[in-house]
Amino acid sequence: MYNARNTVIGLILLIGLVSFPFWYSTGKAASAPQPKLDTPTIQELEEKRCVEATPYMRASHMQLLNEWRTSVIREGNRIYVAENGERYNMSLQNTCMECHSNKTQFCDRCHKYVGVKPDCWTCHIESKENKL
Amino acid sequence: MRGKRMDRRTFLKVAGACVLGLGVMPVTDVFGGNDLPKILRNPNALVGKKWAMVVDMKKCWDNGEEGCVDCIRACHRTHNVPNIGNAKEEIKWIWTASYENAFPDQKNEYMEESLKGKPFIVLCNHCANPPCVRVCPTKATFKREDGIVIMDYHRCIGCRYCMAACPYGARSFNFKDPRPFIAEVNPKFPTREKGVVEKCNFCAERLAEGLLPACVEACKHGALVFGDLEDPESNVRKILRSNYIIQRKPQLGTKPNIYYIV
Amino acid sequence: MLEMALKGSKRYWGWIISLLAVMGVGFSCYLLQLNKGLTITGLSRDVSWGLYIGQFTFLVGVAASAVTVVLPYYLHNVKTFGRITIFGEFLAVASVIMCLLFIFVDLGKPMRIFNILLYPTPNSIMFWDMIVLNGYLLLNMVIGWNVLEAERNSVPPPRWVRKLIYVSIPWAISIHTVTAFLYAGLPGRHYWLSAIMAARFLASAFASGPALLIILCFIMKRFTKFDAGREAIQKLAVIVTYATVISVFFVGLEFFTAFYSQVPAHGMHSLEYLFFGLDGHGRLVPLMWMFVILAAVALVLLINSKTREKESTLIVACVAVFVSMLIEKGLGLVVGGFVPNPFEIVTEYSPTLPEILITLGIWATGFLVLTIFYKIAVSVKEETG
Repeated sequence: MYNARNTVIGLILLIGLVSFPFWYSTGKAASAPQPKLDTPTIQELEEKRCVEATPYMRASHMQLLNEWRTSVIREGNRIYVAENGERYNMSLQNTCMECHSNKTQFCDRCHKYVGVKPDCWTCHIESKENKL
Repeated sequence: MRGKRMDRRTFLKVAGACVLGLGVMPVTDVFGGNDLPKILRNPNALVGKKWAMVVDMKKCWDNGEEGCVDCIRACHRTHNVPNIGNAKEEIKWIWTASYENAFPDQKNEYMEESLKGKPFIVLCNHCANPPCVRVCPTKATFKREDGIVIMDYHRCIGCRYCMAACPYGARSFNFKDPRPFIAEVNPKFPTREKGVVEKCNFCAERLAEGLLPACVEACKHGALVFGDLEDPESNVRKILRSNYIIQRKPQLGTKPNIYYIV
Repeated sequence: MLEMALKGSKRYWGWIISLLAVMGVGFSCYLLQLNKGLTITGLSRDVSWGLYIGQFTFLVGVAASAVTVVLPYYLHNVKTFGRITIFGEFLAVASVIMCLLFIFVDLGKPMRIFNILLYPTPNSIMFWDMIVLNGYLLLNMVIGWNVLEAERNSVPPPRWVRKLIYVSIPWAISIHTVTAFLYAGLPGRHYWLSAIMAARFLASAFASGPALLIILCFIMKRFTKFDAGREAIQKLAVIVTYATVISVFFVGLEFFTAFYSQVPAHGMHSLEYLFFGLDGHGRLVPLMWMFVILAAVALVLLINSKTREKESTLIVACVAVFVSMLIEKGLGLVVGGFVPNPFEIVTEYSPTLPEILITLGIWATGFLVLTIFYKIAVSVKEETG
């Protein structure tokens, strides 16, 4: 092989670099986060239920929020009728954050775990208690 | 949009049905089983076909005390409009400009004293033929069915083409993060972020709850009147019928929806 | 062929490294802008476009000017241009890349740039500008590369390339027309609201682009074994001459309409601001007069056949054309549209240091692309003799 030594060294370095994330984190499985639900508003709820069932919310809250956003801004319709007939004002800031006032304990935990950085809160205001 | 909303519902029901081993239900059953629309308009919402505002400057000057900025303060507080404190990067939704500046085509050297240098309330004109909507490359600025020219801040790429297109200087750009410049944050309304354009939204969020725009509500003297131009019995139509009114730069064909009584 | 760009003299590498250094400085300034926002520029709510969009506008012209060598060669069989069409095409590639970078750095939310594709909006001229610019970039890359490869293998370029070349000719006109339409269709921006805007853009493009190409040919003659040939350069010089004359004539037309009609709303205020100062503000006046003087010098040197045919004076004339058009289109035109503002108040604009460094960084990127492509082209020409 032409210039064999350098090529082999180069290849080894490349493979090492590419596989870095795998061998770096072996044996260090991060445990799944437990988002906290103990905010005053949630405590007061008789039935502890989000606008839709928990599994759906866990998997698809971002699609729901996107849908809300389009409806509120572009169509001017702001009332959401949930699966169980309950009506909600479609607002991240005024409805979602009303219950989930503990952004760091609720939103951030999962977002951090899955490595996403939604930029909702550069505009939408998070509840006061988080700023303490 | 209705179809899209149904998709998730359909999916959930179908998924549930599969788990129960019932097989795939006919889609018609799913629709038939639930006739509730998923998303509704607030029944209290103010509904119009062509919202407009009449600004009665006579009332403003005659009744308001010198330097009254109630409308401006109400708007800027409600919408978390920052006070950047430098004219070049200033952000404003509603403000005052002298007659000569607001109506540059209608000034003359020997103007009547009662108009000379007088402050006029200016804001986005919510044009019926808005150039900002025409130029926006992402539909971030668009005109609603009720005539409100509004922005989707989530979609704005900050190209500022709309600022070049607006002949009324009604648009402001967030040159930097506005948050530190908001003295008192209204927790009910979002702020904006650096890099997007913003402007007056005719209080779309208040109309949706049945409230009049914040500036209209704040004016103690009734100088700002808000209503539907398509409704012949509306308060704005009544005023327009019996007063001499002027508009800002009507010759540009933008069809502004802010009218002034002087 | 790309490997040809990797073999070069010390001087070549020195040039590449200095370009990379300027790019690095520009990039770090851009990171600062990304972090702080456009507040680090001299832009304001009144003058909301400035140096970036000005340079973009100017460079669309340079890109479009490739047509001044491609059209005579492919449509009129002007053989002397055969040796330099490839350089015109690669100049177009480098210019369009710079254009796209200038648009990108001007955005307040660059991470959302794909919203233009996600929500296509045919009523926005910017949407069309994106289409024609990217299309033109692609066309010229494909054409340039294939023509060069054919030349290297001493075969005629494939037939489909020739078809693409025919497409690229009206396409070049379209990029600058659409760019002019960005400005020319806005109510209330009197200085831009002119039906000859696209014609003016094309005229100045066909002046500044070939002028740059002539300068580049002289540089290549000096530093490489490639000589474009006296005849080709003289033909280009004639094109520059006519285009400069027409370009200055068009500016004159704007002056006539504005000042003879005396209608302020026909750009009179903007022209006053640019050339004489308005309400005591005249930051651009010296620059605009530099444009006038340089254009006049260029015209004298170009129209006079003795000076046009002499190498040294032709170079001076070309530099004068390029710089004058850069001032007029790359700054004056954009800022003039925003002054006075819709309230007839003058807000002045001057670029800040980071803004200038970002601009230089993009120019350096353009020159890097240009250098690499030209290096390859020259190597191929040296190889085939």
